[in-house]
Amino acid sequence: MEHYKMGLTLKIWRQKNSQSKGHFATYKVEDISSEMSFLEMIDVLNERLIREGEDPVAFDHDCREGICGTCSMYINGRPHGPWHANTVCQLHMRAYKDGDSITIEPWRANAFPVIKDLIVDRSAFDRIIQAGGYISINTGNPVDANSLPVDKNLADASFAAAACIGCGACVAACKNSSAMLFVSAKVSHLALLPQGHPERKSRALNMVAQMDKEGFGGCTNTQACESVCPKEISMTNIAKLNSEFIFAGLSE
Amino acid sequence: MLDSKIPPGALEHKWNEYKGHVKLVNPANKRKIEIIVVGTGLAGASAAASLGEMGYKVKAYCFQDSPRRAHSIAAQGGINAAKNYQNDGDSVFRLFYDTIKGGDYRSREANVHRLAEVSTNIIDQCVAQGVPFAREYGGLLSNRSFGGTQVQRTFYAAGQTGQQLLIGAYQALERQISLGNVTMYARHEMQELVIIDGKARGIITRNLISGKLERHFGHTVVLCTGGYGNVFYLSTNAMGCNVTAIWKAHKKGAFFGNPCFTQIHPTCIPVSGDYQSKLTLMSESLRNDGRIWVPKKQNDNRKPGEIPEEERDYYLERRYPAFGNLVPRDVASRAAKERCDAGYGVGTSRQAVYLDYAEAIIRYGKVECHKLGLENSTTEVIRQYGKEVIKEKYGNLFDMYEKITGENPYEVPMRIYPAVHYTMGGLWVDYELMTTIPGLYCMGEANFSDHGANRLGASALMQGLADGYFVIPYTIGNYLSDDIRTANIPTDHPAFESAELAVSDRMTRLKNINGTKTVEYFHKQLGKIMWDKCGMARNERNLKEAITEIQQLKKEFFSDLKIPGDIYEMNPELDKANRVADFIELGELMCIDALNRKESCGGHFREEMQTEEGEAKRDDEHFTYVAAWEFKSEHEWELHPETLVFDVAKPTQRSYK
Repeated sequence: MEHYKMGLTLKIWRQKNSQSKGHFATYKVEDISSEMSFLEMIDVLNERLIREGEDPVAFDHDCREGICGTCSMYINGRPHGPWHANTVCQLHMRAYKDGDSITIEPWRANAFPVIKDLIVDRSAFDRIIQAGGYISINTGNPVDANSLPVDKNLADASFAAAACIGCGACVAACKNSSAMLFVSAKVSHLALLPQGHPERKSRALNMVAQMDKEGFGGCTNTQACESVCPKEISMTNIAKLNSEFIFAGLSE
Repeated sequence: MLDSKIPPGALEHKWNEYKGHVKLVNPANKRKIEIIVVGTGLAGASAAASLGEMGYKVKAYCFQDSPRRAHSIAAQGGINAAKNYQNDGDSVFRLFYDTIKGGDYRSREANVHRLAEVSTNIIDQCVAQGVPFAREYGGLLSNRSFGGTQVQRTFYAAGQTGQQLLIGAYQALERQISLGNVTMYARHEMQELVIIDGKARGIITRNLISGKLERHFGHTVVLCTGGYGNVFYLSTNAMGCNVTAIWKAHKKGAFFGNPCFTQIHPTCIPVSGDYQSKLTLMSESLRNDGRIWVPKKQNDNRKPGEIPEEERDYYLERRYPAFGNLVPRDVASRAAKERCDAGYGVGTSRQAVYLDYAEAIIRYGKVECHKLGLENSTTEVIRQYGKEVIKEKYGNLFDMYEKITGENPYEVPMRIYPAVHYTMGGLWVDYELMTTIPGLYCMGEANFSDHGANRLGASALMQGLADGYFVIPYTIGNYLSDDIRTANIPTDHPAFESAELAVSDRMTRLKNINGTKTVEYFHKQLGKIMWDKCGMARNERNLKEAITEIQQLKKEFFSDLKIPGDIYEMNPELDKANRVADFIELGELMCIDALNRKESCGGHFREEMQTEEGEAKRDDEHFTYVAAWEFKSEHEWELHPETLVFDVAKPTQRSYK
């Protein structure tokens, strides 16, 4: 792999707090290595801003290995940047070349209000899980784990849906700010397993109701969510959610 | 004198005996008792959910934006349990024994045996919650091997086991939140412990959005705040992982157990430059099928594919034929360092070794071809089928490697090097998981208890969930049953006031330094001192130097730090400074502990103490104890040794040959 250095122009959304009006600010960075991660490039910028007495760019990040779902940047019009099945923290600077301009914004959705700069409030996702994204079992009295065999294909499909990291890229990518991919991933994960069957009706109805209450938009099947999902959560989950929802509604 | 409160009786009966006689709190009284749980990883989320289910009023805190983000989520490989589903001779005793031996005889028998006992309940609990573990075609759960064991007892969900277990605990927690049994405070970071009449009675938190300090009362406080590997700056921990909560408790009287016991994980992606902010782990499960090697020639500049088989040194297989590539982490890490220090390292930095999948791809490919009746396939076809098997087993790990390095590990061997991963040390706790401060509990990676001087792979998830689901629900009642008459203490109590004042004073002090250097500068300096002098190999001279350097760094920190912004607003730099200030003090204690322990055990390798073959040499006569440190004043700690007694697992020289 050839390594190289680059200079970039960054246009970054700055917003002091949830009450204030935001704006784009332009920064130039030099000597960025192609081996850096995208967030390390922002670290370099922030170190300079601090030394110059300016407020550094606030952004959410934690694990920096693509699994916690904290990082959330809308880069040149695409959540998590240009790479497929990727989070911002996994994006590396070899995706860019010397002289490039990069525009960085927070997730844009009414249900995800901006807290500061690139940080948004995603607690709506937690409240959707609270509405039914679980199996009601208390600690301490389950049966032996192997007493109930689960078809490997179903278990694999459930796992694929459970891989969702709750980052919110699906909402940010959607022109309607719909949370259907997130909600459907949880409904599928649990509905595909026998342990999740007893509550499948109430789960689908209650989670969808909470999703609507939080102000997420409806799904119009444009598939933008699937194309940006870092964990490649499939649109077929949305079909599964629709069938769960209709089944639950009809048998009320 | 430390009282570990180990119940009497035979080892295998202690926990049952304890549970049979422990004091209980009746349901009506539970409703009146408030419990504070700090941290929502596996230990914290499982504890908060379970205690909520039991009827206590729980308040849970995390610095992340949601409890689902805690760093337990990044654990890749799996979780151990003594189920013996593979019929390969596993048992509770074997898991207990492997864990004690893996920890190099520096953990408590009673705690570890309890851990092995409840391990089987954890798997049952998680499956019932909908954790999608890997399964066989018959529909039953699948297992794989991990380092330091000769049985297959590790349950997994591809390379995302931590994520799936955490989501299970998170969902149980969210359910309790919706039922009103748990109140969640996300983006809140604990800044101070409140002690009233000698008992832990609350915490001061900083609201990370508004910057405001808040007071919270609890009849008892449970700290589940994870490990402190970020003291090394570069580690596999998340950026936010910190020691602050347990450090505050330590400075208020909780003893710190074995602070120098650090796990350096052998298989991480090597450092690429000075800007590096963190290191990424490649799961230990990769050592199941991958082979580790370096060239037999020093400073070999050839590409890996150009080095013929007979010129490769599979040094783990050579040195440890019985366990081969699956030796425990401490052994594998030191062996990699030894090869690189001797000039056999690979890659541009020469600080890396190869982890090679070429042979495994062929091996699995042949099996698949055999299944399909394609006996005379070309190597290309065999490799194609083999790659598919590897993709199913480790696909996400391979993808992760490629994203970071830009190299395709299906075609070229991965380059790996050891990195700081886990801290076995932590707050000292007794059998009930209570610290030396009455009413203050500590669980998961934040306590010192179960892993001795080295943790075996797939045991961290086991311990976190054991503590949260199956230990604290029993032991906490033993304390709270005496507290049922204690009314809620109002937070205008003078103890809350002075604790809050101490925090705001510290914030003001940090902010007012107005120096010239950023927090990152100091954190990197600290990390370099720790890695060079208190890392994989330690010696007296280096440790003494490190202590002086850290003391100097602390002075510089408090005279030349620069923090932008204001105190009472969102200010990630101030949050970081606050954590790094505690890391600096902790670093000093770690070096003091490492200096005191003049033996090599597990992850703690004193160069003065090694066998002729370069293996760790314990000194059981002088160091069969837990070093519990009491904070006295700045730069001053007092050692309280807790002698370890081995009734069942008699200490032997650990051998994986």
